[in-house]
Amino acid sequence: MAQAKTQFGYRRHPDQDRPGPNPAEHAVVVVGAGPVGLSLAIDLAQRGQRVVLLDDADRIGEGSRAICFSKRSLEYWDRLGVGDRMVDKGVVWSVGRIFHGESQLYQFNLLPEDGHKRPAFINLQQYYAEAYLVDRISDLPGIDLRWRNKVTALEQRNDSVVLTIETPEGAYRLHTQYVIACDGARSSLRQMVGAEFAGQVFEDQFLIADVKMTAEFPTERWFWFDPPFHAGRSALLHRQPDDVWRIDLQLSRDADPVFEKKPENVRPRIARMLGHDKFEFEWISLYKFQCRRMDRFLHGRVIFAGDSAHQVSPFGARGANSGLEDAENLSWKLDRVLRGRSPASLLESYHVERSLAADENIRESTRSTDFMAPNTPQEARLRKAVLSLAKETEFGKRMVNGGRLSVPCSYDSPLSSPDADAWRGGPRPGCSMLDAPVGERAGEHAYLTDVFRKGGTDFALLSFSNRAAVEAPDGVKNIRIGGEDGLADSAGLAAKRYDAEPGSAYLLRPDGYVAARFRHPTGASIAAALSRAEGLN
Amino acid sequence: MPLSTSSNFARPDDAFRAIVEAHRGLSDAESADFDAALVLILANHIGDIDVLREAIVLARRRMIDDQQQQQQQ
Repeated sequence: MAQAKTQFGYRRHPDQDRPGPNPAEHAVVVVGAGPVGLSLAIDLAQRGQRVVLLDDADRIGEGSRAICFSKRSLEYWDRLGVGDRMVDKGVVWSVGRIFHGESQLYQFNLLPEDGHKRPAFINLQQYYAEAYLVDRISDLPGIDLRWRNKVTALEQRNDSVVLTIETPEGAYRLHTQYVIACDGARSSLRQMVGAEFAGQVFEDQFLIADVKMTAEFPTERWFWFDPPFHAGRSALLHRQPDDVWRIDLQLSRDADPVFEKKPENVRPRIARMLGHDKFEFEWISLYKFQCRRMDRFLHGRVIFAGDSAHQVSPFGARGANSGLEDAENLSWKLDRVLRGRSPASLLESYHVERSLAADENIRESTRSTDFMAPNTPQEARLRKAVLSLAKETEFGKRMVNGGRLSVPCSYDSPLSSPDADAWRGGPRPGCSMLDAPVGERAGEHAYLTDVFRKGGTDFALLSFSNRAAVEAPDGVKNIRIGGEDGLADSAGLAAKRYDAEPGSAYLLRPDGYVAARFRHPTGASIAAALSRAEGLN
Repeated sequence: MPLSTSSNFARPDDAFRAIVEAHRGLSDAESADFDAALVLILANHIGDIDVLREAIVLARRRMIDDQQQQQQQ
C-alpha cells in the first residue's frame, strides 16, 4: 500500500500564546490543505493577502484519489507558478476510447486542435499535486500553513469570525474577517454552520485500485461497458506517472465492501482484466458515489469551496477540477473585497456562478453514473439499445455516456455585460477565455494564457489592432494583438478563436473569464462593463 | 416547430401496420427491447428536444388519463 508521500511537523505558533480574551486577528483563514485550499491560499498570497492555512492532519493524504487535471486547472496552476512542475511529472492525454464487450465503439479527442499551451488533461496522483503546491507555499511568505490545527468551533459575529482551534498543545482562538472552508466532502465547518448537504447517493459500488506495473497500453482513457473480464458491469483504465495505473471496476449493489476491499479478493479481478498478475497494489478503495451540494456557498463570513460545497461522482473528472475553478473564481473577488475595492456583495457572484457550475457538474456526473448503473429494467433496456445502435450509427455513439469530461462552465452572471454587437463565434460574456499562440517578438513563441498571467492577473483588455485602438482604463492590463506594437498572430488563430475583426476587444476578468466584448469599444462602454464586473453597480 | 399531431402519413394504416408487424413473433421482453431502439432512432431523426419533450408530455398524459378512466369504471 502507498505510504503518505510527505509528512509535516506540527509547530507552535505565537498566536497560541495570546491571552484568551485577546486572540490574534487575521484577514483570511483557509481551512483544509487539499488541492483547493492550497491553490486558493497561493492565489490570495500572490495578490498580496496574508493567509492562515489550517489542516487537521500532518501529512498529505494517502492514495492517488483525484488523478485527472483539466486544461483549465493547468492554466490556473500556471498562474500559481506550479503548472510546469505538474505537467512535467504528469502524463498528458487527450484521447479516450469506449469499448462494449470485446470491441471498440468509438474514440474521442478532447483537444483535437493545435495552438494551446496546455493539453486537455494530465493524469497525476493527487499527492504529487499537493506536494508541489506545498513546496510553492514555502516560497510565499504571505502564507502561514499550520499542520495539526483542527477547527473545533466557529462563532460568527457581525464583522468577524472567531475560530477555536485544537492542536497537540491544546486549543487557541483566532479572529478572522473571512473563513474559506476547503475541508472536503465530510466538511466539519459545514456542520458548524448547520448547513444541509442534500442530493443523491448511488447504490452501486465501485472498486478503485491503483496498481503498479509495466504495461504497453497507450496514454489514453479506456472505458468498457460489459467487458469480457468483468461481465455485465463497467470498467475504467487510466495511466498515471511512475507506472501506476488506475483501475475502476463497477461492483454490484449488494457486494460486501469489507470482502471486496481485501487485496487477495481484488487481485483476481485485476488479473482477469490484465491477463496477468505481475502488479503491485498502490491503493485500494471502495466507493458509493454521491452527487450533492450545499444550498448556499456563502454562510455569513464562512465561504465554502470544493468538495465541502459540492460533491460529484468521479466520472468526468469534475471533483478536484471544479474545486480549483471555485478557488480561482473566489480569490480575486475576496482580494478586492478585503482591499475595499469592491463591496462585499461581489462575493454573492461567487455563489451565483459556482452554483451554476455545481449544478452542471452534478447533472453531468449523475447522467453518467445513471447510464453506467441503470436504475430500472427499462433504463437498462434503453441503455442496451443505445450501446447496440452505437455499433452502426453516429447518433448512438454520441449517446453512449462513459463520462463527460470537465470543461469550464459558462456563467449566466450578474457580472457579465450582454453582447450589444453581432458575433458569429468566440467566447461569450460569462465564458472562459481561449488560448492561442501569439508571438511576443519575431520568432519567439508565447501563448495568450501566458501573456494574460504575466505580472499577476487583474482585469485585462484583449484588443485586436486597428489604428486608433482604445486604451484600457487605469489598472487594466492592455493585451494588443496585431498591428505594429501588438503581439503577432501569425497563424491567425487568436483572431479566429475570438471571432475578431480589427477593433474588436474583450474585457477579461482576473480569473480569465470574459466580462464583456465589443466590436467598437469606447472608453465609456469599457468603463461601464468593468464597473459591472467589479460588482460596483 | 411544435409537435405535429395532425395526420402526417398519406396511408396511416400502413404505418400502424408496419409497427405492429415488426413486433410479430416477439416475446414481451423482445418487444420492449425493440421499442426502446425504435424510440431512440425516431427521437434522433426528429432531432428537436422541444418536440421530443412535447411528445413525452402527450404520451404521459394519455397514459395517466387512461389509467384514471379505468379506475372510474
